[in-house]
Amino acid sequence: MSKLEIRNVSKTFETRYGKVEALKDVSLQIAPNEFAVIVGPSGCGKSTILNIVAGLEKTTSGTVLMDGKEITGPGADRGMVFQSYTLFPWYTVRKNVEFGLLIRGVPADERRRIAEHYIEMVGLKGFEEIYPSGLSGGMKQRVAIARALANNPEVLLMDEPFGALDAQTRVVMQELLLEIWEQAQTTILFITHDIDEAVFLADTVYVMSRRPGTIKARISVNLPRPRNHKIYETPEFISLKSQIVDLLWEESVQAATETQIQETNGGMFR
Amino acid sequence: MFRVHHLTILTTAILFGIWCLLTYGGIVSPLFLPSPSAVVLELVDLYREGLLIKYTWDSVYRVTVGFLLAAVTAVPLGLVLGRSRIVEAITQPFIEFVRYLPVVALVPLTILYLGIGDIQKVAVIFLGTFFQLVLMIADVSASVPRDFIRASATLGANTYQVYRYVIIPCSLPGIMDNLRITIGWAWTYLVVAELVAANSGLGFMILRSQRFLQTDRIFAGLLIIGLLGVLTDWLFRKLTKLVVPWSEKAGGKS
Ligand SMILES: Nc1ncnc2c1ncn2[C@@H]1O[C@H](COP(=O)(O)OP(=O)(O)OP(=O)(O)O)[C@@H](O)[C@H]1O
Ligand SMILES: [Mg+2]
Repeated sequence: MSKLEIRNVSKTFETRYGKVEALKDVSLQIAPNEFAVIVGPSGCGKSTILNIVAGLEKTTSGTVLMDGKEITGPGADRGMVFQSYTLFPWYTVRKNVEFGLLIRGVPADERRRIAEHYIEMVGLKGFEEIYPSGLSGGMKQRVAIARALANNPEVLLMDEPFGALDAQTRVVMQELLLEIWEQAQTTILFITHDIDEAVFLADTVYVMSRRPGTIKARISVNLPRPRNHKIYETPEFISLKSQIVDLLWEESVQAATETQIQETNGGMFR
Repeated sequence: MFRVHHLTILTTAILFGIWCLLTYGGIVSPLFLPSPSAVVLELVDLYREGLLIKYTWDSVYRVTVGFLLAAVTAVPLGLVLGRSRIVEAITQPFIEFVRYLPVVALVPLTILYLGIGDIQKVAVIFLGTFFQLVLMIADVSASVPRDFIRASATLGANTYQVYRYVIIPCSLPGIMDNLRITIGWAWTYLVVAELVAANSGLGFMILRSQRFLQTDRIFAGLLIIGLLGVLTDWLFRKLTKLVVPWSEKAGGKS
C-alpha cells in the first residue's frame, strides 16, 4: 500500500476578485520511504498541494490518504519545512528543535537528548544556545529540518526549502538531506522549481503543468544511491534533466503564446 | 570617544543652565519661575512635613493599581481579539465607541458613582488605558506571522498550545512596548483626576499650591512627576530586555 495517496484533488480559491483554480484533478501515490519530488512552473499550485497534504488547507474536491486513512487536519505525523524561514525567533536552536516534543509532553531530559541528536545530524553542534537571528539562511533551514525530524514524522513535506540559498550552500544541503533521509528512513515529498535539484534528490519526479496545476508526467529516477554531486555530469542525469526541461519548456511556450494572444486581443482600449 | 548619551547630558545641562540664568539672573520673577535652589528647599520642606513621601506614594499607588488592572485584563482580551473574528465582532463596536470618548469627559461620572477616593482615581486610569490597550494588543497579536502558526500546527500544536508557545511569546515585545507607552498616559489621567477632585496626591498638591501662589511647590510637584516618568520608562526598558532577550526591536534602541 502506498504511504501517501493524493486522489483526484482539486482546489479552487475564492478571493475578493473571483475564483482562482489552483489545482485540477491531481493524483499521485508515494511508496513508503520514497523520495518524491514535484517540479513545476511558478504559481502552478505546488505549495497548495503541500499545504493540503499537511492539513493546513482543505481540498475543494478529492481526498488525501495516509496509510489509507483520510487526512482531516494538521498533525505531527506529517512534518513540514517551509520555503520561508519559520524558526521561532523567541527560542534558541535547541528549543526550536525540541518544540514538537514539548508539545507532545516528552520529559525535559529526553527532549534534550533527542534534540542534540538531530542538531548533530544537521551539523550544528555547538549552536544549541544561539537564537535564530544569529544564524545564516542555510543554518536556519538546517534547524528547520532538525525541528521537523525530531518530531519523528512519517512523512516529511518540504516546500522549496533551499530556494533562498546560494548555489554552493544549496548543493551542500542537498547532499546532507540525502544522507539524513537514508539514516532516518522517512517518506519525503519535496517541492522545487530547480530541475537539477529534482533529479539529484528524487526516486520519482512529478512534473506539473501551469495553473490550474495538473500532474503532466511521472518520471522514475533510477540513478544509483548514495549519490553525490558528481552525478551531475553522468549521461543518465543529463538525459533525465533534458526530458524534464522539455516538458517544462512546453508549458512556458504555451504560457507565452497565450499572454501574447491576450495582449493582441486586448489592445490598448478594451 | 563621543557617545549618544553625551548628547542627552548636554541638552539636560543646557536646559538647567537656562533655568539658572532666568532665575538667578533676575530675568523672571520667582512668582512665575522659582530658582533651582528654591525648588530643592521646597522639596526638603515637603519631606519634613511628611507630604513628599505621602503624596508621591498615594499617586504611585493609584497609577500602579489602575494600570495593573487595565494590563491584566486588556492583554489577554487583546490577544484573543486579534485572532478571533467572533470575539472581534462581539466587542469591536463597543470598544471603538468608548475609545473615542475622552476620559476627561467621564471624570464627573466617576465622581458621581465612586466619590473622590482611590477607587475613583483607579477607575479613571483604567477607563483611560484599558480600551486603548485592548486595541493595541489586538493589533500586535493579529500581526503574528501566519507561517509561525502553520509551522506549530504541523508540529502538532493545538489551539491552546499555539497561544501559549507561539502567539504569546511572539507578541511579547509588542506587548511590552505598548505597556510602556500606556503607563505614560496613565500618569496623565491620574494627574487630571487629582486636579479635578482629591484629598491627596501630587496633582492635588499642585492644584492647592496654585491657590496659595506657592509656585515653588508647583515646580517641586512637576519635578517629582517628571522624575517618576523617567524612572518608569527606564524600568520598563530594563524589564523588556529581561523578558524578551531575543528581540532586537523591543525596549527601544540601545
Ligand atoms: N490563500 C489563497 N487565496 C487565493 N489564491 C491563492 C491562495 N493561495 C494560493 N493561491 C493561488 O493559487 C495559485 C497556486 O499557488 P501556489 O502558492 O500553490 O503556487 P506555487 O506553485 O507554490 O508557486 P511558487 O512557485 O511561486 O511558490 C496561485 O495562482 C496563487 O495566487
Ligand atoms: Mg510555493
